[in-house]
Amino acid sequence: MNVPKITKIIENKREARNIITITFRYPEEIVPGQFFMIWIPDVDEIPMSVSYINGDIKAITFRKVGDATSALYKLKPGDKIGIRGPYGNGFKMHGKHILFVGSGTGVAMLAPAVEEAVKNRISSTVVIGAKNKSELFFEKRLKKCGARVVISTDDGSAGCKGFASDVAKRILKKEKINTVLTCGPEVMMKILLDCCKNIPFQASLERYMKCSIGICGQCCIGKGLRVCIDGPVFDGKTLKKVEDFGVFRRDSAGRKIQF
Amino acid sequence: MSFVIENDFIQGLYLTFGVTLIDITTKIAGMILKNPTMLASGIMDEDAGSMKRIIECDAGAIVTKSIGLNAREGYPNPTVIELDYGILNAMGLPNPGIEQYRQEIGQLKNSKTPVIGSIYGANAKEFIELGEKMEDYGASALELNLSCPHAKSYGLEVGCDPKLVQEISSSVKERVSIPVFVKLSPNVTNIVKIAKAAEDGNADAIVAINTVKGMKIDLELGKPILSNKIGGYSGKAIKPIGMRCVYEIAKNIDIPIIGVGGVTTGEDAMEYFMAGASAVQIGSGVYYRGLDVFKKVCVEIEQLMKAYGYKNLTEIIGVTHK
Ligand SMILES: Cc1cc2nc3c(=O)[nH]c(=O)nc-3n(C[C@H](O)[C@H](O)[C@H](O)COP(=O)(O)OP(=O)(O)OC[C@H]3O[C@@H](n4cnc5c(N)ncnc54)[C@H](O)[C@@H]3O)c2cc1C
Ligand SMILES: Cc1cc2nc3c(=O)[nH]c(=O)nc-3n(C[C@H](O)[C@H](O)[C@H](O)COP(=O)(O)O)c2cc1C
Ligand code: FES
Repeated sequence: MNVPKITKIIENKREARNIITITFRYPEEIVPGQFFMIWIPDVDEIPMSVSYINGDIKAITFRKVGDATSALYKLKPGDKIGIRGPYGNGFKMHGKHILFVGSGTGVAMLAPAVEEAVKNRISSTVVIGAKNKSELFFEKRLKKCGARVVISTDDGSAGCKGFASDVAKRILKKEKINTVLTCGPEVMMKILLDCCKNIPFQASLERYMKCSIGICGQCCIGKGLRVCIDGPVFDGKTLKKVEDFGVFRRDSAGRKIQF
Repeated sequence: MSFVIENDFIQGLYLTFGVTLIDITTKIAGMILKNPTMLASGIMDEDAGSMKRIIECDAGAIVTKSIGLNAREGYPNPTVIELDYGILNAMGLPNPGIEQYRQEIGQLKNSKTPVIGSIYGANAKEFIELGEKMEDYGASALELNLSCPHAKSYGLEVGCDPKLVQEISSSVKERVSIPVFVKLSPNVTNIVKIAKAAEDGNADAIVAINTVKGMKIDLELGKPILSNKIGGYSGKAIKPIGMRCVYEIAKNIDIPIIGVGGVTTGEDAMEYFMAGASAVQIGSGVYYRGLDVFKKVCVEIEQLMKAYGYKNLTEIIGVTHK
């Protein structure tokens, strides 16, 4: 059955400006990179990646951007939401040294992947990108788990000035990296893919989602790849053949919108 | 047992002489399909890329998402949930509008697999404009959606009135030269009456059925889950309903029928053929058995035909009426 199960919010925690984490009980197994459909009754149902995995307790971390996320932002501990999933494929983690590149809310879904990599004794370098200092989050969490963390902000208010992809480029030039995993604005991820040449690459994509069970076709990219089932994580080889990658997405009516 | 062995023996002989024993091609309104499995409207067919992937999965034909004159976002989520025995949806006819859809269909112009343009409108005038554009973009046939159960002033709201159905069918027929199919809803008192109206309006084939109106309520919240509250039920649970509709229609009209509703296996397809369908469409089956459901169903149809001693589909279509 793929129907939302009702669960209560256990905690909501502010992470940065307009960004919070909501914690709840949801006993299904999930791997980093997978996502839930979160039902906010009377408002909407939206896809959200898992940002914490702690046994039966899971969490999502998101930015307030529109109706659904604003409604979710306002909910208090004890309020009810519906959850279905997990959906999607998740990351595959190989190699001795992984470079994680997260920008904006993309950092949220990379965090559990970083924690798992460190647990499996994979050296992990994380580039966290944000517009400015007030939008940075998860820096402490990722340092504490044992990853090397490099910060970049567009305006230089924290860490290096510039985009996460610029910092990543420098690291790729100097160090031996076995895999690059990324989530962030698609244009940034596309630039990163171009710098990776032969280094294995995986990126997590966002597309408008409705069914999340692979039938409605709303989330398709390229030649019928369903972001909800075949993704949201795709490898570089696949993405090189997807003409939409970094170029356009489709809105809920199916109209193409340029990035 | 000996029957099967004998059949294998004959098949062997045929193979040796380069002749296939079992023929699963089918013909609808002059269109020849390499096999009788078609993609149902609204599943993986909003953009050219998805439809190309389904074509590669060996569907005999593709039906596009239902397209209207203007872009429509559809209802807010939740729009689709999966229940124990079927799938409940209230998408609300999301589509980019006919002008934007040109670039999608245009990319399939050279496809050997027929692409059938599904359209919805509020009246004959809208259907004519949409139909002419679809033909112009290269669609092989039209499917008039007179059956969506959950969109205000479209679909079923038009398709439950025999007079309107006849008027829309005949006025579209007059203006296009490609075959015109009419897709019907089971949510009416007498589906035969509506099918007859389509036939009287010179439709080339009937497609039956669209989804069955349904609802799901969450106990803890005491609220319907779909944002539109009411949706359309599809998948395994509705097969007997589709079967009854196809059977009743076949008994009363002469134009070909395409059976839809709960087809996931070759056995389901065979039942529909026997009830009178010349082909089947598969929607929810894509969820139950994956994108290669078309290939799987075709292989199963061939196996069943072999087991029951049929050589081609015409021997099976409508046997229950003989
Ligand atoms: C697999 C996946 C995982 C995601 N994980 C996270 C996450 O961990 N943290 C986070 O902050 N955001 C995440 N998002 C993005 C998040 O789903 C949107 O920000 C959210 O849906 C916005 O809804 P809204 O009503 O607040 O905004 P709106 O004003 O409705 O829209 C704002 C933007 O969100 C997009 N959006 C709206 N509804 C959907 C939908 N049903 N599916 C996809 N996009 C939609 C719109 O296209 C628009 O670009 C994820 C998206 C996907 C596809
Ligand atoms: C998600 C979804 C979207 C659909 N959209 C349409 C549509 O746009 N037009 C239409 O005529 N039928 C639509 N249908 C109905 C199907 O084409 C089909 O008639 C119905 O699902 C029964 O077949 P099935 O049991 O094989 O799914 C949709 C069905 C589903 C599940
Ligand atoms: S959201 Fe429906 S196919 Fe992916």
